[in-house]
Amino acid sequence: MSKILIRGAQVLGGEPQDVLIDGDTVAEVGTGLGAEGATVVEADGKILLPGLVDLHTHLREPGREDSETVLTGTRAAASGGYTSVFAMANTFPVADTAGVVEQVYRLGKESGYCDVQPIGAVTVGLEGKKLAELGAMHESAAGVTVFSDDGKCVDDAVIMRRALEYVKAFGGVVAQHAQEPRLTEGAQMNEGVVSAELGLGGWPAVAEESIIARDVLLAEHVGSRVHICHLSTAGSVEIVRWAKSRGIDVTAEVTPHHLLLTDELVRSYNPVYKVNPPLRTERDVLALREALADGTIDIVATDHAPHPHEDKDCEWGAAAMGMVGLETALSVVQHTMVDTGLLTWAGVADRMSHTPARIGQAEGHGRPVSAGEPANLTLVDPAYRGPVDPAGFASRSRNTPYEGRELPGRVTHTWLRGRATLVDGKLQ
Amino acid sequence: MMRHLISAADLTRDDAVLILDTAEEMARVADRPIKKLPTLRGRTVVNLFFEDSTRTRISFEAAEKRLSADVINFTAKGSSVSKGESLKDTAQTLEAMGVDAVVIRHGASGAPYTLANSGWIDAAVINAGDGTHQHPTQALLDAFTMRRRLVGRDAGLGQDLAGKRVTVVGDILHSRVARSNVDLLHTLGADVTLVAPPTLVPVGVEHWPCEVSYDLDRVLPKSDAVMMLRVQRERMNAAFFPTEREYSRRYGLDGERMARMPEHAIVMHPGPMVRGMEITAEVADSDRCTVVEQVANGVSIRMAVLYLLLGGNEPAVTHTRPATERPAHTAFPDEEK
Repeated sequence: MSKILIRGAQVLGGEPQDVLIDGDTVAEVGTGLGAEGATVVEADGKILLPGLVDLHTHLREPGREDSETVLTGTRAAASGGYTSVFAMANTFPVADTAGVVEQVYRLGKESGYCDVQPIGAVTVGLEGKKLAELGAMHESAAGVTVFSDDGKCVDDAVIMRRALEYVKAFGGVVAQHAQEPRLTEGAQMNEGVVSAELGLGGWPAVAEESIIARDVLLAEHVGSRVHICHLSTAGSVEIVRWAKSRGIDVTAEVTPHHLLLTDELVRSYNPVYKVNPPLRTERDVLALREALADGTIDIVATDHAPHPHEDKDCEWGAAAMGMVGLETALSVVQHTMVDTGLLTWAGVADRMSHTPARIGQAEGHGRPVSAGEPANLTLVDPAYRGPVDPAGFASRSRNTPYEGRELPGRVTHTWLRGRATLVDGKLQ
Repeated sequence: MMRHLISAADLTRDDAVLILDTAEEMARVADRPIKKLPTLRGRTVVNLFFEDSTRTRISFEAAEKRLSADVINFTAKGSSVSKGESLKDTAQTLEAMGVDAVVIRHGASGAPYTLANSGWIDAAVINAGDGTHQHPTQALLDAFTMRRRLVGRDAGLGQDLAGKRVTVVGDILHSRVARSNVDLLHTLGADVTLVAPPTLVPVGVEHWPCEVSYDLDRVLPKSDAVMMLRVQRERMNAAFFPTEREYSRRYGLDGERMARMPEHAIVMHPGPMVRGMEITAEVADSDRCTVVEQVANGVSIRMAVLYLLLGGNEPAVTHTRPATERPAHTAFPDEEK
């Protein structure tokens, strides 16, 4: 197979080095490496990271191919620097059987842009009543280890307890969408000053925090690990911090949009800002950044949620919840975490690659950039500045909250096991 | 004057006083044998009602017809909307038929705002009530009623409601009337107190320009106007309060409570009233209750709003002289003779 020499890249933001890829593997990392027989990529001033891993992606296939397919979603992922994505289970039909997860897994293999690891539903039809065949999904070709009813909360405490216990048999993890359903009936946005004024149904922070509090205690009681999806409030941070200090095996994710945007934006009634969990307050945003920096929040996950145009080109109440995120995630993280001095690039590699790969057991991903490792790599130009243009997205959907907003950084190259999926910002 | 009327919060004091003064002029049309002005002749107004509201629609329709507009009534029931047509397509369809203004009532908060700001249509948009957000013409007609009763029909011209104490009682959480009134009354200089069980006050209310009390009896003696809001019986099922009777005992207005109000104070209600719940028949039928006046004033206010948004550049009134001193025919240059 071919050789690629990445010359002068700052590996994880460190001193410039050369990285030689031979076939699907990193062959050598050093200075002044020979370029014989290799395609050279000049990486002066650029940052080399391990390929990003997204533990929370909605690829929409099967069922909503009008908003995204596995192919378009993985192309968007490669554009954003990802080499592995975890596909959420809320498809039509729901990914609650070995058959559906194998279908998604196979579609991922065929796409070739990014590894796709299906997430299995915790309960049949995401209905929260009856456990899905978690073991069968684990033993399927898809090898599911992460289970989630994302979009819905596993709100029944007994079902949640059983799921946490059951997946221990094969080292699985339950990823909880923490949303107490009764407290969020009719919820349209964060409950607070802005919702009071706009007359939109409130989604109170306590609806998230109460479930997280319950679930970390359940995880402690049964000795399981639990993962918290898209944590969005300052109070949730405090609970996870407390749980970790107590030795509870909990991990948590934050989305890029919760690191940057606040509910003040909802004053425009522009449904592009409608998302679940909702945009919170500035106080929450700052707490989330701090928690990501100190490791209380383990990872960044996009919650990439594509929706067709008509589902956002309407009044707020009728609009779908969710934002696309794969193609802007790294820029938002650079803007909110790196450029603010809260996180180094090595920290970014940890929060967006190493740790999500570890939580999801994504084999071959989130590895160090060193000889002998699989060549899953992302090259970033941190000096780039430019407005976000959704017309250029690889995703089938355009529902980004960042349209026209100036964000730093740009992924120029992505390699999946040595094969370039993105070169100079162009999909291959 | 602005191009749309979406929220009472968008009105400046001078905007609001101009609307109230214009409404006084409009009210005089109602006293004539022929209750009609030619102001909006040849203009088309659509009443786009996605929510049932007979009284608000009829009030707008009366206002539009008195200004000689061509009126189209559109209700969602039995229309293409019930077959899944979007707000955008409905609005664009109507505009293609040559509509100059859209009066919209919608169950979703913000729908009028979106209609006015999305670039979907060019017509003027008047919010006739959106979700639990705003109902600006209701707030204007309430302010109009208060100014007439508490300041005076003629003495009120050019005046705001500075120093008037207004108490709003009931389901604040779900009320667009309360939100609009707080905004407008504050702009007009009134002091507003909201009274409700804590369950029916929104989280975040502490940022509103008003006071909040849970004790009706303490607030009543310090009120110049008491506005009772409708409380839907279904709220009880969602545990906002234990029973209808308990609500009524603690927050309802009966004759005994009304007697604690200052003698000049009025009782208001946007309607429809739930007699026996938030208001007793004795209060509803008393001279102090302005509910029927509010309905009449609603037509004048909506005429004023339509006139100012669509009627052209000429100011309808100058608000320095009392109305009685001015011959009626100078108020409207294009008035039918």
